Order: sequence, then structure tokens, then C-alpha cells
Amino acid sequence: MKVRQQFKRTISFNRIVGSLITGLMVLLIFVGIFYTPYDPDAMNAVEKLQGISIRHILGTDHLGRDLLSRIMEGSKTTFFVAFFTVLIGASIGMVLGALSGYLGGIFDRIIMGINDVMFAFPSILLALVMIALLGTGKIQVVIALGIAFVPSFTRIVRAEFIRIKNMDYIENAKLIGVKPLRIMFVHILPNCKTVLLSAIMIGFNNAVLAEAGMSFLGIGVQPPDASLGRMLSESQSYLFSSPMYIFFPGLAIILLVLGLSLLAESLSKDL
Amino acid sequence: MLQVEHLTIDFQDDKTEETLVHDFCLTMNPGEIIGLVGESGSGKTLTALSIAGLLKRSGMKKQGAIYFEDTDLLTCSRTDLRNLQGKEITMVFQEPMTSLNPLKKIGWQVEESLRIHTSLSKQERYQLAIESMKAVELKEAELIYHQYPHQLSGGMRQRIMIAAAMIMNPKLLIADEITTALDVTVQAQIIELLKKLNREKKTAILFISHDLSLVKRLCHRVLVMQQGNVVEENTSLEIFQNPKEEYTRQLIAAIPKFDKKRKELPEC
Repeated sequence: MKVRQQFKRTISFNRIVGSLITGLMVLLIFVGIFYTPYDPDAMNAVEKLQGISIRHILGTDHLGRDLLSRIMEGSKTTFFVAFFTVLIGASIGMVLGALSGYLGGIFDRIIMGINDVMFAFPSILLALVMIALLGTGKIQVVIALGIAFVPSFTRIVRAEFIRIKNMDYIENAKLIGVKPLRIMFVHILPNCKTVLLSAIMIGFNNAVLAEAGMSFLGIGVQPPDASLGRMLSESQSYLFSSPMYIFFPGLAIILLVLGLSLLAESLSKDL
Repeated sequence: MLQVEHLTIDFQDDKTEETLVHDFCLTMNPGEIIGLVGESGSGKTLTALSIAGLLKRSGMKKQGAIYFEDTDLLTCSRTDLRNLQGKEITMVFQEPMTSLNPLKKIGWQVEESLRIHTSLSKQERYQLAIESMKAVELKEAELIYHQYPHQLSGGMRQRIMIAAAMIMNPKLLIADEITTALDVTVQAQIIELLKKLNREKKTAILFISHDLSLVKRLCHRVLVMQQGNVVEENTSLEIFQNPKEEYTRQLIAAIPKFDKKRKELPEC
């Protein structure tokens, strides 16, 4: 009984902290859509690389742009890139996983073969190839990462489908003449939601990190668009002269990922 | 109505071939209750699954024919098969705990065959579902309609399964060991229920069981299976009064008997 109570307390701790952090970041992003203290792209040659001050709460960057405004803008970019990446990855992965898990046989082998090949490459490398083919830009990053994220979702959904398709209630559905597509998406898919939800949250975190990583390497979002990864890479030359410039974008990435991880963990324990 | 002719089912496991059902013949008339008995692994369920059209069409060899009102279930198109499944032929499984989708409401699951086979409105479906649930003697059908499977007991779930199977008024109900997972009092209720459904709706029932005492109470005719073969077939009365085969005699001898009157459990 005591163990159980303690267990419950850790869950609520994760959830509270997770939702607070995520709430803060979401607030920052949504406020950023309508209002930023300064124009995130407006340069000011006089106020370069300033620390924390009243005029610029988080200081300015090497071109005199307000850091808070740029973090708001950058978080927004990162958030939406991650969101659409997961949307693409999860929806394609879901359909492929459902088909290969349910149908099995040759189709399953082909899909899983392609999957394994894609798994063999690091996803960043895969995205890099895709960028080389598609060019750079926000939409291209979404497409590249989205495709790179498909295999993991395919695997998860496939495993769940294989587990559930042999349950009695699915046999029963077959028995009353339900067509295969309806069985897949109406009878089986809702039963995958627990696993799928955790996978989506973890996938979202990975997408945030992947986008930041790509932008850091200069193959992601292009200037003047703000992105957290891009800000990190721009600020590394000023690491010692203006440490706040690298600290805040890094902190934003950490908070975005940490908040969602905590939330995902508490949710997956709950479900 | 249902005519199974020389059904033989072979499994091809790598190289070795195994015959699981051998030359199975059965003729079923409308409204008849036929018992299919035998020990585990005697091929009862496999036969039932092939009649219900649930066996995979590849991977195992099936010979013979299963005619349901002039349609050969083994060779007809999948669309034709699906049109029969749930509408004319339905099946209820052994394990009521896993036969219901845990994430869907009871009402939704009872209605599913209506959704597949008819184009009734939501209101009409609701009416029929409630009617069907009341027909299997579920009290508070309106309440259960909105509940989830985990909120019901095993006996109630099995009733739900029967309600879902009977909602289209099928001509044939295959009951595959439906009483095995239930306790004795509920078993008796389910048997009475099957009798009532058979009487009122004229549904033929293929009752598969290894519990001969239930078969004796329910069935008109009995088939005894052993290792894939039908060893004896006769009317229920004949089978129990003068069994011809040694195996049947052994099965009947295995029915627990209560010669001595025992004290009843005290009421609590």
C-alpha cells in the first residue's frame, strides 16, 4: 500500500513539473505568434551582444536582435517543424504498420525490409540526403524528418497490430463479416492508442532535437528565419564574450524536450 | 439448410502433413440443435471454424464441401462469404472475457452486424440492440448499452455475445464451448436461454461442448468425435440410452453423477 502511494506521488510530480514546463513553452510560442517585444529580425548595430537588461530582458545577439523575441520566434519554428514531422511520420507509419501487421506475408516482408534499411542509417544522415535532394527550408526539413521518422512508427504499430489481430474480439469481428479495412482502423487501431500516444510524444522530442541539430549544422531552417538550433550555432563564436546568448536558446530546447518527456512518462504510466 | 460433405482438413506443417478432420459429414435442418462432442483436440472447433468461414484459405488443405443453402462456403467468393457471416451464420466463442473489444461500448459492439449488413438509422439500430439484449434476459439493457466490457461479469458478457450474434436473426448459431468458462449456475441459465432462442426464433444451433450433461439437456442430435473422426452419430436419446461405441460409453461414464443427495450450501 505504501509503495503504491509513493508510486502515485512520483507520477503526479512528473505530471505537475511536466505540464508546468510544457505550459510555459506553449505559452511562449502562442504569445510569440501574436506579439513579440521587438521585431525578431530587426537588427540594431548599437546594442550588440548585450547581457540581461531592462530594455532587452534576455539580452541581444551579435546583430543586436532581441534574444527573447528571437527565442519566441525560434521555439515557434522548432515546435511547428516537430509537430508536422510527427504528423507525417505517425500517419504514414500508422498506415504502413497497420497494413503490414494485419496482412503479413510478402507485403509485410517488403515493408519491414525497407524499414530495416532505413533503420540502418542514422536518421540525421537520412535527413541530410533528403535535404540534398529537396533543398533547404522549413517545408523541406519537415518532409525530410517526417520520412526519416516513418520506420519507428511503422514498427510500433505493426507490433501492436500483430498482438491484437489474434484476439478473440477481432476474430469475432471477422465472423460477422466486417471488411478488413474496417477491422484495421475501427476495431484494432483504437486499441493501439496507449502505445501510439507515448510513441508520438517521444517522437516529438526526437523531432525537436533533430530539427535543432539540423539547423545547428546549417542544413535546417535558413536565415533570417529564427530557429533554436540555428541560434546555438550562431552563438558559439561568442561563447566567452557573451555567454547568455548561447545559454537561453539552449535552455529553451532543454525545457521543450524535458517538459514533454516528463508529461509523456506520467501519461504512459497512467494509461 | 447446412450440409457438410466429406470435409477433410489437412495442415501442412513444413513437410509433414497432418489430417485433423477426417471425412466429416453433417446435415442440419432449420431449427435443429446438434451437439458436437469429443475430447480436446478431436477437431470440434476446427470443424466449427471452417463452417463459420474463419479458417485461412491458404496454409491448409480442405477437401469436401460445406453447403449453406446452395452456397459452397469453401469455394464461394469472399464477398459472398462476408454477406453470410453475421447475417445467416454466427458464432459465439468460448472465452467471454476476451471476445469483447475492451475499448468499445457494449451497444456499439452489439450493433456492429447491423452496421455492416443493413442501412438502418442510429435510432433503429438502438431499438434492435436493446430488443436483442432483452431477448437474452439482460436486465437494464439501456444501462448496459452505454457500459464497457470490463464493467460486466462473465455470464453477462456471454449473454452480450449471444445478443450480438442473434441480432440479425441468423439461421445458424455456432456455439463453441460457450459454457466452459462459466460457473455451473450460469451454465444452466445459458442453456435455458439457447433453448428459448431456438424455440422462439427457430435458429439452428451447432452446440460444441465436452460437457455431455449439457448436451443431453439441450441437443436433439449428437455427433461424437474422436481424433478427427466422427465415431458415432445418433439422436440424443439413443446416444445416452444405448451408446454403440466404446468411446461414447467412456465419455458418458465420465459425466459426474450425484447419486447421493448432498446438503445444500447454507444461505448467507
